[in-house]
Amino acid sequence: MTDFAPGDPVRVRDWHPPGHVRTPAYLRGRRGEVERRLGPFGNPEQLAYGLPADTQPLYRVRFTMAEIWGDRAEAPADTLEAEIYAHWLEPA
Amino acid sequence: MPHDHHAPPRPDNDEPLTYWQSMEIAVRELLIEKGVTDATEIAQAIDAMDARSPADGAKVVARAWSDPAFKASLLKDASAACHGMGFDIGPMHLIAVENRPGLHNVVVCTLCSCYPRYLIGPPPDWYKSRAYRSRTVREPRKVLAEFGVTLPEATEIRVHDSTADMRYIVLPERPAGTDDLTEEALAALVTRDSMIGTGLPRQPE
Amino acid sequence: MAGSTPKSWHDMGGDAAGPVVPDDHDHALWEKRVDALLVLCAGKGLFTVDALRAALEELGPDAFETMSYYERWIAAVNRNLIGRGTYTTAELAAKMEQVAARGPTYGEAAK
Repeated sequence: MTDFAPGDPVRVRDWHPPGHVRTPAYLRGRRGEVERRLGPFGNPEQLAYGLPADTQPLYRVRFTMAEIWGDRAEAPADTLEAEIYAHWLEPA
Repeated sequence: MPHDHHAPPRPDNDEPLTYWQSMEIAVRELLIEKGVTDATEIAQAIDAMDARSPADGAKVVARAWSDPAFKASLLKDASAACHGMGFDIGPMHLIAVENRPGLHNVVVCTLCSCYPRYLIGPPPDWYKSRAYRSRTVREPRKVLAEFGVTLPEATEIRVHDSTADMRYIVLPERPAGTDDLTEEALAALVTRDSMIGTGLPRQPE
Repeated sequence: MAGSTPKSWHDMGGDAAGPVVPDDHDHALWEKRVDALLVLCAGKGLFTVDALRAALEELGPDAFETMSYYERWIAAVNRNLIGRGTYTTAELAAKMEQVAARGPTYGEAAK
């Protein structure tokens, strides 16, 4: 698994599985930049079902509103940050 | 401060019992019968949550406004900084995000209703509403305007979606004209909404 | 992929919605008790926050509109406790019947 550093460009995986995931649909497929590493956390996709969980590095990723909403953005230069687990990120 | 008032207590004890209330009573009694918990522990948990309020967060903000070293530690590790002030914030991982000229932060949880409840108490109803959860990430300026907060176009708005394990508190900008105020007087200017980002601190009189 | 991809009802970021109504209420005793049970059970490792979130999501979109916040929480807590065998569905049903027989109000039913 790639380890990302602050400033690294990343893309949120455009996955659409059913079940409990903590990656909001509006961010899937969007490109952003790692703001900080948050450390390892249990994978919610296993914790949700009472399973022993792998740990996943968790990152704060910063996006522009223009990247998320395109022409529909209210103010394109405004930004948004969200926590995304490593397995939902790929290098951009 | 239109959003800081408390509505009157909702009647509960003398209203007709609902299905879900009967489930709460049953679950509680079963947990006690099974030895998972006891009445004292439940009462203590209620007291502990009742004791948490925006006033605790206001003290943290006022300390950060008054003490640059504390502010640096708060921005580096907000959980440790709150523990250091003696607040029991339970299992919460807290991040403080700082407003400054040209940058305004606002916090939301689009997937559920994550909130820094172990510092400032449970979230207000509107924070958990479909309207707030849906719209804040898409049109934060319109949402803020509904709270009476209108920011210059040149000010960047940064929305924080609490998607996973961290919780967020906004460190608002210290109001002008407060150089002479004590930490206690500063804390009185800090509203709940100013720590969520849907409000600004009160102005000194 | 043809057609739109499904999105769970709870994943509402970016959806259209009406104005934010700045409602709030002080919590009733039974709501505080639900809160306490959740904090205690999670603290004792009976379930994780994610298992609770998953149970809330599985209540479905109708529950979000028709049940209050703490009604959804007690439903999700109960689902997790039954799921891990803390008590059985029959034990819960019998206890709820007993509770309701104590009297018509929360105050009477809660003893």
